[in-house]
Amino acid sequence: MDVWSSLMDGFATALTPMNFLYAVIGVILGTAVGVLPGLGPAMTVALLLPVTYALEPTSAFIMFAGIYYGGMYGGSTTSILLNTPGESSSVVTAIEGNKMAKAGRAAQALATAAIGSFVAGTIGTTLLAVCAPIVVKFAVSLGSPSYFAIMMLALLAVTAVLGSSRLRGFASLGLGLAIGLVGLDSVTGQRRLTFGQPLLSDGLDIVVVAVAIFAVGEALWVAAHLRRTPLHIIPVGRPWMGKQDWKRSWKPWLRGTAFGFPFGALPAGGAEIPTFLSYVTEKRLSKHPEEFGKGAIEGVAGPEAANNAAAAGTLTPMLALGLPTNATAAVMLAAFTSYGIQPGPQLFTSEGPLVWALIASLFIGNLLLLIINLPLAPVWAKLLQLPRPYLYAGILFFATLGAYSVNLQAFDLVILLVLGALGFMMRRFGLPVLPLILGVILGPRLEGQLRKTLQLSAGDPAGLWSEPIAVVIYIIIGIILLWPLLFKLFRRNRAAAAPAGPQLKSGSSAPNEAGGSVSHASHRASGGDGGDGDGDG
Amino acid sequence: MSSLTTGLKGRAELGVALLLGAAGALVLWDAIGLVTPYSKSDPVGPKTVPYIVGALLIICAVLLAINVLRGGKGEAEGGEDVELGHPADWKTVLPLAGAFVLNILLIDWAGWVISGTVLFWGSVLALGSRHYVRDGIISVALSLLTFYGFYLGLGIALPAGLLEGVL
Repeated sequence: MDVWSSLMDGFATALTPMNFLYAVIGVILGTAVGVLPGLGPAMTVALLLPVTYALEPTSAFIMFAGIYYGGMYGGSTTSILLNTPGESSSVVTAIEGNKMAKAGRAAQALATAAIGSFVAGTIGTTLLAVCAPIVVKFAVSLGSPSYFAIMMLALLAVTAVLGSSRLRGFASLGLGLAIGLVGLDSVTGQRRLTFGQPLLSDGLDIVVVAVAIFAVGEALWVAAHLRRTPLHIIPVGRPWMGKQDWKRSWKPWLRGTAFGFPFGALPAGGAEIPTFLSYVTEKRLSKHPEEFGKGAIEGVAGPEAANNAAAAGTLTPMLALGLPTNATAAVMLAAFTSYGIQPGPQLFTSEGPLVWALIASLFIGNLLLLIINLPLAPVWAKLLQLPRPYLYAGILFFATLGAYSVNLQAFDLVILLVLGALGFMMRRFGLPVLPLILGVILGPRLEGQLRKTLQLSAGDPAGLWSEPIAVVIYIIIGIILLWPLLFKLFRRNRAAAAPAGPQLKSGSSAPNEAGGSVSHASHRASGGDGGDGDGDG
Repeated sequence: MSSLTTGLKGRAELGVALLLGAAGALVLWDAIGLVTPYSKSDPVGPKTVPYIVGALLIICAVLLAINVLRGGKGEAEGGEDVELGHPADWKTVLPLAGAFVLNILLIDWAGWVISGTVLFWGSVLALGSRHYVRDGIISVALSLLTFYGFYLGLGIALPAGLLEGVL
């Protein structure tokens, strides 16, 4: 079946009244959690997982897709109207967006963000529909050794590239892998880390772990540092754009999309790097560079487009390889497993209708989001005024309800509290959350591939690099792990060659260099040599 | 910054290293306790991965301890509602955790409607709301709504507990 006819079948499924209703619920919920502080799409999907067991998987995933995209739209509203971005991917939007809002151009900032998100989301989803089957075609020829290598790459890249301290990333990864070990060993059936507790032998439910780390940890953390001075929310009317705004926005939208999609599709995923690259590029190309820092519309249009295109990009490895690279994709992957659907390259053949309905629903969701975000922006902005005690008490209430309803046992709530305390501690001491979640979800799959690989090679470790793809990936992993070291050498050489000033200023250097200096600078920010002592993966 | 406060902060983060080390040791100890005869069909066995994970945790613990002693510090996470200027407000967190624990203790015996009400009302109170009556009404309404919503909408019967027969 070719892409076009499959996609049309997908639209037919996604547009049945029931599924369309779930798409609407998804985008509304998604926008709401994106706007509200303290809630994110990953946590929302995790919370809804037990609730959706009663649904058809297709309907559930259509709703999840709406939440995923909706969260991106909602996040930009928050970062424009409040100067405190909720997610790391909307940090850049806040720079110019909030300045625009303060200068009385909130309506235009919201409009360019929403329309840019729509453009980028639509192009990104089209690329997803085209690329994913190609990746699958390539992926079905891969064996266990290559899969093992690809999963290692995803885990290590997310741990080593994102976040401010590599060491703390690896610590978080280790904790996640340890949590993933709890329960019966899949091959021999032996109990691992159960401490004689029969309730632990089924392993820790991913819903409980994700809700604990995202929701309970967040609520406790915010409670400890709750802002006592009310935030200043900039009032906003209906978003609109003048002719000049359109003229200045459309190119940044397209360039942002071009940055966002490939970065999202890479195993190290994430929207931080492309949004930043887009910002730097727009600043360099702009005819009004003096406006940057004071509210330039290009600085909102580009990064917002990059953010949404990256969201679509992330779904490519998730659907084609079963490889999640951000938190929401990770929880969606866990959702596949809990519906008894095996994620991986065979997904397109075994669950073709579901996957294509999911992709079609992304197009529909994008359009719905544009419709509900443009005229309704003032309504969404009202959500920001929800009294904080109700918001965080509500998060705890629904977290408890969601975790309890999985197995209806109070023991899960004990786990929820313990892991919630862990999440609190991680936020306090700067341990990133994403490596832990990926470790819990990918760890057991990684172990499965390792054992399969060595089973095929009869215990010979050389089996691990018996496929050419695997070898290439190990080389990439080596480069990623050694990157800080290489960068240091590079800097030393440059410093010797040009003693005048080797400092890389992110604003003035070429985009790809800027990307390097960003990750490096953030390593620095963690203080000490936190980033440089590893190589222990 | 006085040396006393930096000393205290440093010590707090050493606790993280300690926790990582303890977790690593636990994973290793558990793995050693597994008995498996070598089998051809599973040369890796159930022990290998725990060994690697345990080692990773212990290495991280050691490196983190060194990093902290050298003055390294993890950045506390910011957010829309987070103000990092003041120290952690335990007077909010502990009652909040208390409401959570109360819910765990009550849920199977008293049922969700009662324990959920206690949880929400207690949390709102801990977080600083002082509209006792309004909060109480909202709490009861939320608990009842979710109870019936789950029962009728999803077919999940949350425990009715003491109110068995009434609901």
